[in-house]
Amino acid sequence: MDWTAFRLSVELGLWTLALLLPVSIWLGRVLAFRRFPGRGFLEAAVALPLVLPPTVLGFYLLSAFGAGAPLGAAWQALFGQGLAFSFSGLLLASVIANLPFAVQPIRNGFAAIPPPVREAAAVSGLPPWRVFARIELPLAWPGIATAAVLTFAHTLGEFGVVLMVGGAIPGETQTVAIAIYDRVQAFDDRSAAIMSAVLLGVSVVALGLANTLSRRVGRQRRDG
Amino acid sequence: MAEGLSLRLEAARPIPLDLSLEAAPGELLALVGPSGAGKTTVLRCIAGLHRAAAGRIACGGEIWFDSASGRDIPPHRRRAGLVFQDYALFPHMTAAANVAAAMGHLPPARRTARLRELFALVHLSGLEHRRPAELSGGQQQRVAVARALARDPAVLLLDEPFSAVDRATRRKLQAELAALRRGLSIPILLVTHDLEEAVALADRIAVLHRGRGLQTDRPAALLAKPANAEVARLLDLRNLFRGRVEAQEAGRTLLRWGGRLLEAAPAPAFPPGAEVDWLVPGHAVLLHRRDRPSGGERENPVPAIVRNLLALGEEARVTLDVGDPDGGTLALSLPLHAARRNGLAPGEACTVSLLAEAIHLMPRSGG
Repeated sequence: MDWTAFRLSVELGLWTLALLLPVSIWLGRVLAFRRFPGRGFLEAAVALPLVLPPTVLGFYLLSAFGAGAPLGAAWQALFGQGLAFSFSGLLLASVIANLPFAVQPIRNGFAAIPPPVREAAAVSGLPPWRVFARIELPLAWPGIATAAVLTFAHTLGEFGVVLMVGGAIPGETQTVAIAIYDRVQAFDDRSAAIMSAVLLGVSVVALGLANTLSRRVGRQRRDG
Repeated sequence: MAEGLSLRLEAARPIPLDLSLEAAPGELLALVGPSGAGKTTVLRCIAGLHRAAAGRIACGGEIWFDSASGRDIPPHRRRAGLVFQDYALFPHMTAAANVAAAMGHLPPARRTARLRELFALVHLSGLEHRRPAELSGGQQQRVAVARALARDPAVLLLDEPFSAVDRATRRKLQAELAALRRGLSIPILLVTHDLEEAVALADRIAVLHRGRGLQTDRPAALLAKPANAEVARLLDLRNLFRGRVEAQEAGRTLLRWGGRLLEAAPAPAFPPGAEVDWLVPGHAVLLHRRDRPSGGERENPVPAIVRNLLALGEEARVTLDVGDPDGGTLALSLPLHAARRNGLAPGEACTVSLLAEAIHLMPRSGG
């Protein structure tokens, strides 16, 4: 069992959540409530990582991370190190690859709130930020929790994008999914089996959690 | 009317609006009209949830909306209490939390006492800790009313507040509203498509159609003297006919109705020869008793044939063929036993009197 890789995966998952959830709550809410030109385009862009082959996504990210690209150059100038094959680069890639897994459940969570309930909150004298904190967030919570579970589990298991932008540097970019691949390549089937079993367990628990939470969203909608 | 509500709204799209309304403190003004008349939109404009293209809304001495000066106060800063049609309670909060959510303007120390007051007012004491899903429709409506009152509004807006409950609960809630409003010194606007409800509860009724305010008046005046045939039709008034003013004589107006000449309530505004729509309420149609003619029967006697008789409990609704040139019929209600005693049955002949004082003339409208 490669605990370094496992710890790295968990760290990557938690960091991804920390960065992605605020962005997704904002984006999911905008997609659920606002009507604006280009909304369909934005929705498609958010869903893109879902249908793109991970290697394709990884290829473009890798290109953007290079010292010759604006993003890579800016990062190099700011932090004195490159994005490619670093934990930061891996994290950024993970945030982008997980966008649809986080945004869509959250968007559905907000969209399930009956419009009159939000209006009633405003008419009750709650200013917009209190409507958000006291009405929208609690009612969209099952969607947000589902997003968190899905994102975390998906980050743990992501392989293609991680391999493309991170390589497999132990302690820096070698996640547990990559470690399993490396163990198999080295004919260390026992380690690979243990790590696979752990990932399987995590995935099953995550799916169970996500299912339970999304059923709660459905029930709320019927009651509302 | 500084402390009451006064509004003027104009818009062509998305929902046409063209009306002015005023409501005094303590007055209950009902907005009636068919679906799509813009009743709910008017309430939403007042609450700040919908913005008319042009107009002005002033309430409680404040200006909430004024297109001329670009003023548009957001909903959370307008002191408007709105009861939504499906109540729109916060599903994740208890009844008490729903009501307390609208008490942001009160110091926390005073909220508990006010909460108790409001729950007593709407007869919900003891149910404070239930969630909306654990309350009946009538109880949810009461929570919504308490929440609307919790912010100490300058106007109370009720959007079809009785439409989502069964008949028995509706009666009870209507009686409760009638009692509740006596303690309120703010204008109340009640949107309803139920004319009976409006007549029973309102001080005045505004008739809306396609966003236009057609007529605003006291219920009795509106029913007896609608401004025109369109209002009469929207109010589903019966016994609406067309005729022509024959002559204006001392203190009376003579009306030509097909081959008949009727005496009508004085309507000096119409010159002889004017084409008019006219109306006689069912209660002013008297059936001549076959056994014992009486004096009142000399007034506008009209021979008729019973076309239809519908027994509704103790009451009989009778439709008469009266030879109206437009093919209209005359409707009246009378106790079932009176209908029986007079031998009323489809095909039977009878005579009725149309009381002159109740015959109301209106300018001829299209259609």
